[in-house]
Amino acid sequence: MKRRKFVRHIFLGSAASFIGADIVFSSSMPENYRPVIEQDLDPYKLFNKDKGMVVLNNKPWNIEARAHLLDDRITPNKYMFIRNNGIIPRDLDANTWTLTIDGESVNTPKTYSLKELKTTFKNYTYQLTLECGGNGRNEFNPPAKGNQWTVGAVSCAEWTGVRLKDVLNDVGIKNDAVYIGYHGVDTHLSGDPNKEPISRGVPMHKALLEETLIAFKMNGEDIPLAHGYPLRLVAGGWPASASGKWINRISVRDQVHDGTKMKAPAYRVPCNPVAPGEKVKAEDMCIIESMPVKSLITYPKSGAMIDENQTLKIRGHAWAGELDVKNVQYSIDFGATWTDCLLEEPVNRLAWQHFNANIKFPKKGYYEIWSRAMDRNGISQPMLIPGWNPKGYLNNACHRIAVKVK
Amino acid sequence: MKNKAFRNGVKRVFLRLVLFFALIITGSGALVYKLINPSFLSFDEEEPVTIAVEASNLEAVENGIHLATGFKADKGLQTVIRSCTPCHSAKLVTQNRANKEGWIGIIRWMQETQNLWDLGSDETVIVNYLAKNYAPEKKGRRENLKDIAWYELDN
Repeated sequence: MKRRKFVRHIFLGSAASFIGADIVFSSSMPENYRPVIEQDLDPYKLFNKDKGMVVLNNKPWNIEARAHLLDDRITPNKYMFIRNNGIIPRDLDANTWTLTIDGESVNTPKTYSLKELKTTFKNYTYQLTLECGGNGRNEFNPPAKGNQWTVGAVSCAEWTGVRLKDVLNDVGIKNDAVYIGYHGVDTHLSGDPNKEPISRGVPMHKALLEETLIAFKMNGEDIPLAHGYPLRLVAGGWPASASGKWINRISVRDQVHDGTKMKAPAYRVPCNPVAPGEKVKAEDMCIIESMPVKSLITYPKSGAMIDENQTLKIRGHAWAGELDVKNVQYSIDFGATWTDCLLEEPVNRLAWQHFNANIKFPKKGYYEIWSRAMDRNGISQPMLIPGWNPKGYLNNACHRIAVKVK
Repeated sequence: MKNKAFRNGVKRVFLRLVLFFALIITGSGALVYKLINPSFLSFDEEEPVTIAVEASNLEAVENGIHLATGFKADKGLQTVIRSCTPCHSAKLVTQNRANKEGWIGIIRWMQETQNLWDLGSDETVIVNYLAKNYAPEKKGRRENLKDIAWYELDN
């Protein structure tokens, strides 16, 4: 791989002492990156994120949005959550980037340059919802270990790429293909070069869907480094960990992919429901596939105080993994009564849907507005925290905001 | 004579100052490099010296919180910093809650899958620190909304 490196000077920000040290940086750092120490460590500048985003973890980088930051119909980079299992790679060169399709179930492995991928196969653009499997983990009781995501590990950006199925058809897949597994160039936290931080994937039926992309653009531009530049998988509606970043290899497997974080307990939940805190054997844990129905009130920001007789406009998004959303309702009385919101159709399959409502309050006081979506199969969001599971996945409990009427 | 002695005195002080600043600059340089490139010297499990140097330079505690890491200042803090932060951020620890059994489970998982070494006698120190300072809170099935920032909304 061709490596372009910039040598920059680092200044110690003290009047008395000045040292110049040559530090080698990658060419993939954002352009507005400045060689001042405080800024180097500032994730908001490093990843072009809004200051309202919440850093859960800085090694590895894990950053989430807050509900009101996700108000855009298409999530811009500055409000998109970052979830990493390993260290974000550097020195990535799109000009020499290749993708190899291999594995037991390909006829012959084949390697494409990024340019070949872009020009050989038809390009498609979809809005795709990506939600971290652990979004909402912070509410589980007893607590589940890992990054304590609240509500902001979800996004719906516009992804451009080629269909994975077109590429797999071009390579030639055997009948015994069961699963695809991706491989990226991020590195393990321990520094062990023999360990992959994450290598997950999806079963063939998901891999062959029209919306499953090998993407090279996000919102019309090169994918930002933290989100998988220059090439990533996007399998909307499934735990976002199935959508590998910085990928250079996809293996077509004749068995369920056995890469890092495919095995229990990672991204798995008990096959049968368990009591809170119960121990679950590895063999009794099942891989999460489609994410459950969920909604988020993105306007107003929680904590709004309005005058009596004022009508409150609310809006937000709803999504349902592999399905679409049939309706969204709101309640201002903790679920005693529910009222329908106006719900838009999705722009395309696996895109989140927008809802809004105008709310009048009967009298002064403290209210919570709860939103509840229902998927096409009639399954709704629970008001309480759903089934406890050891790793705290799939919390799709109703979202709520606080409002005071004066 | 007196003048010469004075000059020598000044020279000695000057040399000491030079040495002192050289040490500070070298130390800061290493720290800065460590900040820029967190992998610097951190992979070597045999060499906790680097981390100890960093910690001793950043000992400040405010309101019971060790500022450099965000850990609660309590018995075992240095052992926790030395064992936990070479691979991941302190934030990954402080945002989690578990009892002794839970923390031991997390340590075992890291040893089995994440290259964490045998902690020896440090393990008890670490587990006691974590179970005391980062114990589970009773949350029930759904908590009240917390930390609401109230604001006037005209819409």
